[in-house]
Amino acid sequence: MSHYDAIIIGAGHNGLTNAAYLAKAGLKVVVLEKNDYIGGAAVSREMTEGWWYSSCSYVCSMMRQAIHRDLDLTRHGLILVPYLGTVAFGDGDERLLQYHDEEAAYLELQRHSRHDADAMARFNTDLNRYSQLIRKTLLRTPPDPSSLKPRDLMEFLFLAKQTWAMGEKEIYEYIRFFTMSAAEFLEDYFENDLIKAAMASPGVIGTALGVYSPGSAYILLHHVMGDVDGSIGAWGLARGGMGAISNALASSLKSMNGEIRTEAPVQQILVKDGKAAGVVLGNGDELSADIVVSNLDAKRTFTQIMDKNDLPDGIYDRAKNFKIRGSSGKVNIALSGLPTFTHVPDNPYLNRGGQGFCGSIETMERAYDDWKRGRWSEDPFIESVIPSVWDPTVAPPGQHWMSNFIQYCPPKLADGEWTPEKRDAFGQTVIDKIERYAPGFKDLIVHMEVRTPYEIENEVGLTEGNIFQGELTIDQLFFNRPFPGFGQYRMPVKNMYMCGSSTHPGGGVSSACGANAAREILMDLKRPNTVPEDDFYDE
Amino acid sequence: MTADTDRFAGERLRKSPSYPRQKELNIREAWSSWNGYKFAEYYYDTEYEYFCVRNQCGTYDICPMQKYEISGADAEAMLNRMVTRDVKKIGINRVSYCLWCTDEGRMIDDGTIFRLAEDRFMLTCGSPCQAWLKKSAYGFRDVTIRDVTDELAALSLQGPTSYATLKTMGLDGIETLKPFGIMHFTFDGQPLMVSRTGFTGDLGYELWIPRESGLAMWDALYEAGANYGIQPYGEAATNMARLEAGFIMPLMEFNEALKTIHFEHDQTPFELSLGWLVDFKKPHFSGREALLEEKRRGPKYTLTKLDIDGNRAAEDAHIYSNKACTNEVGYVTSAMWSPAVKANIALAMIETRALDGDLWAEIYYDKELRKHSRVERCRVQKKPFWTPDRARATPPPLS
Repeated sequence: MSHYDAIIIGAGHNGLTNAAYLAKAGLKVVVLEKNDYIGGAAVSREMTEGWWYSSCSYVCSMMRQAIHRDLDLTRHGLILVPYLGTVAFGDGDERLLQYHDEEAAYLELQRHSRHDADAMARFNTDLNRYSQLIRKTLLRTPPDPSSLKPRDLMEFLFLAKQTWAMGEKEIYEYIRFFTMSAAEFLEDYFENDLIKAAMASPGVIGTALGVYSPGSAYILLHHVMGDVDGSIGAWGLARGGMGAISNALASSLKSMNGEIRTEAPVQQILVKDGKAAGVVLGNGDELSADIVVSNLDAKRTFTQIMDKNDLPDGIYDRAKNFKIRGSSGKVNIALSGLPTFTHVPDNPYLNRGGQGFCGSIETMERAYDDWKRGRWSEDPFIESVIPSVWDPTVAPPGQHWMSNFIQYCPPKLADGEWTPEKRDAFGQTVIDKIERYAPGFKDLIVHMEVRTPYEIENEVGLTEGNIFQGELTIDQLFFNRPFPGFGQYRMPVKNMYMCGSSTHPGGGVSSACGANAAREILMDLKRPNTVPEDDFYDE
Repeated sequence: MTADTDRFAGERLRKSPSYPRQKELNIREAWSSWNGYKFAEYYYDTEYEYFCVRNQCGTYDICPMQKYEISGADAEAMLNRMVTRDVKKIGINRVSYCLWCTDEGRMIDDGTIFRLAEDRFMLTCGSPCQAWLKKSAYGFRDVTIRDVTDELAALSLQGPTSYATLKTMGLDGIETLKPFGIMHFTFDGQPLMVSRTGFTGDLGYELWIPRESGLAMWDALYEAGANYGIQPYGEAATNMARLEAGFIMPLMEFNEALKTIHFEHDQTPFELSLGWLVDFKKPHFSGREALLEEKRRGPKYTLTKLDIDGNRAAEDAHIYSNKACTNEVGYVTSAMWSPAVKANIALAMIETRALDGDLWAEIYYDKELRKHSRVERCRVQKKPFWTPDRARATPPPLS
């Protein structure tokens, strides 16, 4: 039986990051992956010859620059390219052209509303202020509110200092912000409906909340607080697709003698004398380890690969009730050429970013209503990106790959389980909607991969296909993530840890969860810390 | 308005043959100038253009760069007398990076020498140097120097899809062109010369054609590059790319010797870490004695690549040997946050004797008008910050 210092379950980007930092400290580590490829939801796969789809996650802004730099990911093949130029599509012919240039963007806003053009400055400033505070917590372990340990008290002191620095009025606003809906938050700034819809749309991506649901304002912030090279709110593409991030992490891990085993599904975490002691693989093999780290979501970890009897009372139920609702679909499309969108100028720079088919606040709320009733949205919000415009490695020259993220799509349908027919009908809804804005779009389709929560759960292993490994609502954030009392990566069974997006700071390709968990593990092992501190442009 | 009625005609800049296209694409009207030419600082966005060079491909107008044809039986000997590298070693259809110095061993300029035939060369450089060339030709009988800057249209095409673009343009055989090699083609009924050279440290080429075909060449290149993300890039993006590649710039890393007022405020090749370009085995050349002495003594300063902690670009920073910043040992010449490498990089002139010790940069920055400063540790880097394998591969990859 092989023995490791640490076993990490799941070769998603956080598992690889966690393993890399443990390996950097000299630990003998292995990452176990059920699929025959690594990357989890940060993956590039050639689904049809010549086209590489980022099958799940498709853009990146939260990747911790300090980790990129520290693990030398550029040398291991990663280059992140910011993209720009996005168009938001209204229900009818209205378009909001989100130019990269500040002056051009301002004039375009003025075309819709002079009031909103001015209000945008205040909106961006406020969001930026809120971002500053949260960004500072990303690569830090949340303090335990019930603890009197000096470390936790110091961390609270740090947070208090940062919060007080905002000033009294903004502290009140900030606290209020956390419980607001995206739509109500925006109400205070804007009057134009398309501008509101465009700004609200990040508030519903990946979440089973609507634009009017309390808590969606935070989701909005979660999606705009990232940065590319210090440009807060910017989004980037990984050259070669999101798999390039996982591949670079894996290469960095291997350079430090870390091991990765694919097609090695973990059937159960072994617990002996109340301590995690290893794992049993699907083929019956046992691997022993001093430490077991799960990169699976909290629900899957405690309800599927652990024996209920090994867990303290109440944990199984907490995991079972962990809020991890599937709400999104993904349709990846290979195109023979670039689609032409109506009422969008033939400006090549506007083809370079993405398309937000958000319609209006009303349309987005109706889309959510469909989800509540167990149907996919009849008129869904679609966030599209055409990475091949930027990335010459993901599609043949002159042809394109379009990533479409769809909100909403339920994990279970009111009329029964998902079937291939229903999946295809969902795909049809998506391309019908795009065709409405880009006549002739369907004729360009060379290949299509439709992924409902069912596919995402079964291929990637995300419960219900929830992209964040658990809702990003305040009851499941920060020291409450995944469960109150377990916000510091140590789990209720000794020597067992979690390192995935079910832990702070939550979903997104940030590598922060994996790195934070590694820092805690090394602290418990009394080894020197290998995890860098975050670096800020906004300090 | 015609030229006759333009009161400011004498002050207006000259225009490259591709100006009509550049004008359309320079939607920010961000113009600068170089050697009397109107020249883009950037076209759309500096960072965007930088990423075109690192991720797809971009073109850079090098019409304003000075070009001289040096020919005749004594051309080789004359150039060999002028530059520090051995020109005899440059094969036909090969390019060599060279520099030239005063008798005191101070650098006048750097540039590239193209050997087009046994007795015919092209020298390119940033600043006009006809007068110095003429001085350098004293005593050589059979040498003709001709400024061909205005006869040629030249365009640099750089980035990972540059090879795929040229292939699509129909340049058969381009796959065999090695770094610093030259190939000749016919385009638009004119001789088109392509060299695998550039100023970005990445895969890239430079295209040279008689001026009247400059616009047609631009159009053909842009048609071929349409599916490869082709985009013009300006001076600002060039400056980012060249710093990552560790290349020097006049008025940043060096002050041209012939334009330097204060004693030894110019530089020697050894100070610029370009000692490898000085060949003492060849016959006499300008600055040889002074450079021999400099080599023996060791340069007072050494241009050094630094990887600096934090992410504030160390522009104009002073370098110290202690964190308290009491012992100054040098100054930063160029600095930036490198988006590709994800590092805070800089070139700095540092006292050679201080290179083995600690190095700290005192960095100034502002945040919403308030001034701040930080002291960050600097680490000396030996290799260029950006040096992708594709830049050396033949045939190069398509993307």
